[in-house]
Amino acid sequence: MTSWRIARLVAGKDLRIEWRSRVALNQVLPFAAVVMVMFAFALDRLPRPAGAEDSLLESVAPGLVWLASLFSLLLLVQRAFAVETDDGALDALRVARVDAGALFWGKTLALAAQLAVLEALLLVTAVLLYGTEVRASGVVLLIATWVAATFGLASVGTLYGGLAAGARGRETLLPLLLLPVVAPVLIGATRAVEAALGTGGTAIADGWPWVGVVAVFAVVFGAGGTLAFGPLIDE
Amino acid sequence: MESPVVELDGVVAVLGGFPALAGATLTVQRSEIVLLRGPNGAGKTTLLRVCAGLVPIARGQATVLGCDLAVDRAQVRPLVGLLGHRNGLYLDLSVQENVRFWGATVGATPLEVDAALERLGLAGRLAGLSVRRLSAGQQRRTALACLVARRAQLWLLDEPHAGLDAAARDEVDATLRQAAAAGATVVVASHELERAGALATRCVHVVGGQIEAEPVPR
Repeated sequence: MTSWRIARLVAGKDLRIEWRSRVALNQVLPFAAVVMVMFAFALDRLPRPAGAEDSLLESVAPGLVWLASLFSLLLLVQRAFAVETDDGALDALRVARVDAGALFWGKTLALAAQLAVLEALLLVTAVLLYGTEVRASGVVLLIATWVAATFGLASVGTLYGGLAAGARGRETLLPLLLLPVVAPVLIGATRAVEAALGTGGTAIADGWPWVGVVAVFAVVFGAGGTLAFGPLIDE
Repeated sequence: MESPVVELDGVVAVLGGFPALAGATLTVQRSEIVLLRGPNGAGKTTLLRVCAGLVPIARGQATVLGCDLAVDRAQVRPLVGLLGHRNGLYLDLSVQENVRFWGATVGATPLEVDAALERLGLAGRLAGLSVRRLSAGQQRRTALACLVARRAQLWLLDEPHAGLDAAARDEVDATLRQAAAAGATVVVASHELERAGALATRCVHVVGGQIEAEPVPR
């Protein structure tokens, strides 16, 4: 079987499991929404920065959307590997010698699909809750950021999820390992979305270099994951 | 004469600095059902994991299904099915979806998947049930159906009767006899000597990481 077909098989299996169990829908999505609401409570009454056109919440909305995405990513990654370890399926995959690179991409695609929906809903939440405005001229930049950041987060999440899957105390180990590594995505995606939304008068052109940073991150961790996932889950 | 499915000669395997296998020698022929018996920590599970290509050998010769484990132990993995204390199933998928998934990893056709379900008595209403809703015996049968769909030639089973009631144990035994009759080779590690002994065509005693004098086949 080709690697691509294995990847599709694994992604389809993961998405079917999520659809049946509704964990992402009933737990992760409400968690992300609660995080956004808590940010609103915490920052709503703070005064508008001197000389700024936007309220504080509007100014920080891009960063809050990505922070909520990161927190949700931790839950999604843990869930993605819990289904593999609950009944020893990951061991069975190792014994069956399923192409590890294809397994990595299958899990990354499934994670990316869930993350993409979640991020889109978080942006809508920011528009509704924080009064963030999306300008038409920034839509292409917004979509490019969304795609690059989603794949970057999904690939690094899968890689570190695989690393932590067999470890003792993996629930606490995963955030410790993952959060520092995804800092470039948080910074890059936040700056790019600020430019797309025009936060603080940022020009759209200022956002593209940041999309480049996030895209390079996604490519590096995509390639690294393809090569390293096998040895990581093997022992 | 057909070459043995498993041929271990003085195999040493080290786990965490300790020799879990200390010169194990064992030969298993095609379609045999071999019972590994011995106390806890004797090395039965390690022996199964060595045969599955999961544990490297430090010394000795090991050939499984024609693959030299000292050269490339990963090569043998697609040919064997290892069933440990857990079943390796996706609990939120149905029986059929699980068997189809594992079959698809080796390119099994829908007909082969249906045949595996039929053979294990899982066709019909059971096929559509979520694995989470099945009894322990039915889950174990589903795991065995996955081995059939994966076309495993060597079945390595660690305590396959654990946690099962008498009826479920009978189901497992019938499945293993059927698999051996169909050409698969089965190696079982078990403490349930009476039951597993009745199932096996040969019993082997594992003590201190070694195989005690191999008895003559019954």
